Amino acid sequence: MSELKDRIQKVIDDEPVALFMKGTPGFVMCGNSQRALEALRSVGAPVTAVDILPDPRIRQELADVSGWPTIPQVFIGGELVGGADIAEELVASGELREKLETALGSDYATGRENVVDVLATSEV
Amino acid sequence: MAVDTLRGLLEQAFPSGNVDVIDRTGGGDHFHVTVVSGRFAGLGLVDQHRLVYDALAEPLADGTIHELRISTRSDT
Repeated sequence: MSELKDRIQKVIDDEPVALFMKGTPGFVMCGNSQRALEALRSVGAPVTAVDILPDPRIRQELADVSGWPTIPQVFIGGELVGGADIAEELVASGELREKLETALGSDYATGRENVVDVLATSEV
Repeated sequence: MAVDTLRGLLEQAFPSGNVDVIDRTGGGDHFHVTVVSGRFAGLGLVDQHRLVYDALAEPLADGTIHELRISTRSDT
């Protein structure tokens, strides 16, 4: 595996909620990324965001890892939850909250947001 | 890409299903597809959407679909 793929996999595995998106929570560059972010925010999920725009390899390696062709991609507890459409559906049905509670515990809702740079060589 | 082309690909993949394709912006690259099919029975949303992505792999890969919204439901 490439180092980049390793770092992407590590974010997926280690972060409670990983959001691969276009832009960052502070500066979203795409409507669907915004929808996924808002869905996560609406249930108070902690979000670790990865901006896929700085290098096209991020998107390619991510698609390899997840087998999911589009951005955004939401992972909870290392498991692919889906894109913006599924995130919104799961908020509406209450299942997103359930997933978060199951994966992270009932006090998951910190609303904490941070950004990880998978191109950086330092530890994520 | 025309709505009819996407509809054709989806109807091919979901022959007994109910397919609806909306061009959201009129520009021919932002679509909302709705598929109701027995193929989705017993599948989670991720796997349901994967089947739709598979059906639209070509227009997704070559960039003719710039943005895609998907709604899926099993009819069984």
